Amino acid sequence: MSNDFSSADQHRLIANTMNEGSPQARALGFQTLEIGEAVAILKVPYRPEIVGDPETGVIAGGVVTTLLDHASGQAVHAALTEWTSIATLDLRIDYMRPAQPGRDVLARAHCYKVTRSVAFVRAVAYEDDPDDPIAAAQAAFMLDSSAGKKPGANFKPPRDKAESAQ
Amino acid sequence: MSDADTRLIAMLGSIPYARFIGMRAELAGDEMTAILPFSDHIVGNPMLPAIHGGVLGAFMEMTALAQLSVAEPLKRQPRTIDVSIEYLRSGRPLTTFARAQIKKVGRRIANVHVEAWQEQRAAPIAALRGHFLLTSAED
Repeated sequence: MSNDFSSADQHRLIANTMNEGSPQARALGFQTLEIGEAVAILKVPYRPEIVGDPETGVIAGGVVTTLLDHASGQAVHAALTEWTSIATLDLRIDYMRPAQPGRDVLARAHCYKVTRSVAFVRAVAYEDDPDDPIAAAQAAFMLDSSAGKKPGANFKPPRDKAESAQ
Repeated sequence: MSDADTRLIAMLGSIPYARFIGMRAELAGDEMTAILPFSDHIVGNPMLPAIHGGVLGAFMEMTALAQLSVAEPLKRQPRTIDVSIEYLRSGRPLTTFARAQIKKVGRRIANVHVEAWQEQRAAPIAALRGHFLLTSAED
């Protein structure tokens, strides 16, 4: 019964689709631990292939970037009642300390404001305690970013051209 | 092979995550171009398909780190303090290139700007500005 399909179900479905359907998220093994009410908590399991500094065994900053971006996107979906395509406009990350080698990294993202075109998110990455963060992020997302784009649109060049090419 | 070449290859070769996404780099004199060949596992949005924004951010961050390793001998990898990433265009299923400009290297901190593009250098798909904490080889 479609009437029984709650927004909690919808958010869980979006999270699963974003983790299983996104090849990079699947390659990194992203899991959504919690989603709902404009908040998403995701986990990336530690493994040697995603280390950034082999001397220390610390996970690459880039993996934390990808996790924060992905968690922030899910937080945006969790703040919306209907699904819409979204795209990251900007992402600013402060790295407070290295991640602990050998530990899974979590990210908690909160979409604290949604306007007609833009959603704003804050997120932190941590092992155990969000108050002892590895990194903190602030992001803005464009809503309805794929408006009018058909599946496979990126196989063709975009309509906008560089200034110098005109 | 120049010292810078050696440092660049050693630096990228030592980062498991750079291998994970398939990143490499080429040097022409002192100018470095980082290269990210397209592969299915770097896709974030399979519908379009588009490269994951996090992968582009990671690629540009490692481009900045690689450029720093080319510019001067460092005892160990600089530590990223902060990055600010701007997404300008969707990352299409094509090879992505990036170049970094070191805007300032101080005693402890470096400021680096990076731009990534695909078919047209003048139509960047993403940009990154970052600060990095340095440990020089003399320390």
